[in-house]
Amino acid sequence: MARAVTSRRKSLNTALAWAVGLLIFFPILWTILTSFKTEAQAIASPPLFLNFDWTLENYAIVQERSDYMRFLWNSVIIAGGSTILGVIIAVPAAWAMAFVPSKRTKDILLWMLSTKMLPAVGVLYPIYLLFIRLGLLDTRGGLVVVLMLINLPIIVWMLYTYFREIPGEILEAARMDGATLKEEILYVLTPMAVPGIASTVLLNFILAWNEAFWTLNLTAVDAAPLTAFIASYSSPEGLFFAKLSAASTMAIAPILILGWFSQKQLVRGLTFGAVK
Amino acid sequence: MATQHSRSVARLMMAPAVVLLLGWMLVPLTMTLYFSFKKYLPLRGGDLGWVGFDNYVRFVSSSSFWPAVQATLVIVGGVLVITVVLGILLAMLLDQPMWGQGVVRILVIAPFFVMPTVSALVWKNMFMDPVNGLLAHLWRFFGAEPISWLSEASMTSIIMIVSWQWLPFATLILLTAIQSLDSEQLEAAEMDGAPVLKRFYHIVLPHLSRAITIVILIQTIFLLSIFAEIFVTTGGAFGTRTLTYLIFQRVLESQNVGLGSAGGVYAIILANIVAIFLMRIVGKNLDA
Repeated sequence: MARAVTSRRKSLNTALAWAVGLLIFFPILWTILTSFKTEAQAIASPPLFLNFDWTLENYAIVQERSDYMRFLWNSVIIAGGSTILGVIIAVPAAWAMAFVPSKRTKDILLWMLSTKMLPAVGVLYPIYLLFIRLGLLDTRGGLVVVLMLINLPIIVWMLYTYFREIPGEILEAARMDGATLKEEILYVLTPMAVPGIASTVLLNFILAWNEAFWTLNLTAVDAAPLTAFIASYSSPEGLFFAKLSAASTMAIAPILILGWFSQKQLVRGLTFGAVK
Repeated sequence: MATQHSRSVARLMMAPAVVLLLGWMLVPLTMTLYFSFKKYLPLRGGDLGWVGFDNYVRFVSSSSFWPAVQATLVIVGGVLVITVVLGILLAMLLDQPMWGQGVVRILVIAPFFVMPTVSALVWKNMFMDPVNGLLAHLWRFFGAEPISWLSEASMTSIIMIVSWQWLPFATLILLTAIQSLDSEQLEAAEMDGAPVLKRFYHIVLPHLSRAITIVILIQTIFLLSIFAEIFVTTGGAFGTRTLTYLIFQRVLESQNVGLGSAGGVYAIILANIVAIFLMRIVGKNLDA
């Protein structure tokens, strides 16, 4: 920097940026605050910000009424399972494309990306029908497979862009030293690729956790994850703001925390490496 | 260099991913095409035979088709304008030196991680409820009559909710792009006395053009298929029935699979038109 920034300008920037940041974050903050109020306090006029009797009763009620833990467990299994399965299938593919590129590699990558563009609603009935015929409707296994497939292109792409940054000379050196392909992958590539794989896992876990087309349309009771748990609050019933807030807070808390770690990967993963 | 052996190993390693995605694409697509040429009502007689292009004609000539197209365009267009314009301003603000930049970034990005059903329901109830919502309190505070957002201003409400969800994405990508801008060039222009607007127009905007294009294309693909936000708020009522939602209703609610499938084919064609442009940009980047 050629010029020192005046501290007055910095203060102004800071104030403005914090104001905007808090405004954008406010709906989340308000949800979290409301979850600790009683139902009467939740609709008090004028609204109460911090001066209310903090209570945990909504969390107890929500858990008791709809068995939050079961939905949470379904979300974990579906998001986790589809991510792990996707990575297992994608790592070899991305490895091959990054280190043994052929003339068709680019075409294959772009074709994979194009499958991601397929609008879900265009294939809703076929998938629905296949799920009924195969007995997969409302099963976690079925959703694991579907979410794995819709995220597989992103997983392959992200891994590919990370793997491409690993210098090929290192692999060749290992090969010269007589390493077999298996050793090469296990001892040379894996340690270097772990950070990239970790970021990929993180982002895809978040995407799968929040997916709300297939999870709403292909589940009913047994396999319903948190997206469906929240949707069950869509018909209002008396006073329910505090309970809705508690349920919402529980549904987003795990992912908000993970999300903060994945800011950087977000750009790369969602733009398919076009913006880094 | 790659030997013949390593090439065949590589092909083998790609096979599972390629085969799975090929199946995922071809099987449902073929079925959708197949159903779209049939009169198929699972609850009222099942497969009633081939009807040629009848479903395609009926889908576009139904009275709900053009309103759905309009709703889709208004939502996609509205959200794009809001997120791109605010995203640029926000990215420029966040790029300035300040205290606690990391924390502000986190605050701005957070909405992206909120699942769509949660953000839609929180906005619908705690902000847009005409009696107890925060916006109603705010309106009354200023002596105005509270609005029943989701029925009277349904499109505005949906656009607000979806923009809130996607603003972080646009901001983050534009911020990443802005950070690669050569600050010396900007400072030189500043020294030469170029006014702020001119600097923005001639230096910042051209530099961001590629990132803006990418934001627009990727968001368009996701916005064309927003579902949960409408599902839990208006359920497609009050003029918010988008093309995606219309097809969903045809297929699962009224179980007119033939008609819905024809709609699905239209949706696929539409998405592909957008996708072609995105793929060009991404593809160019691969060569670099």
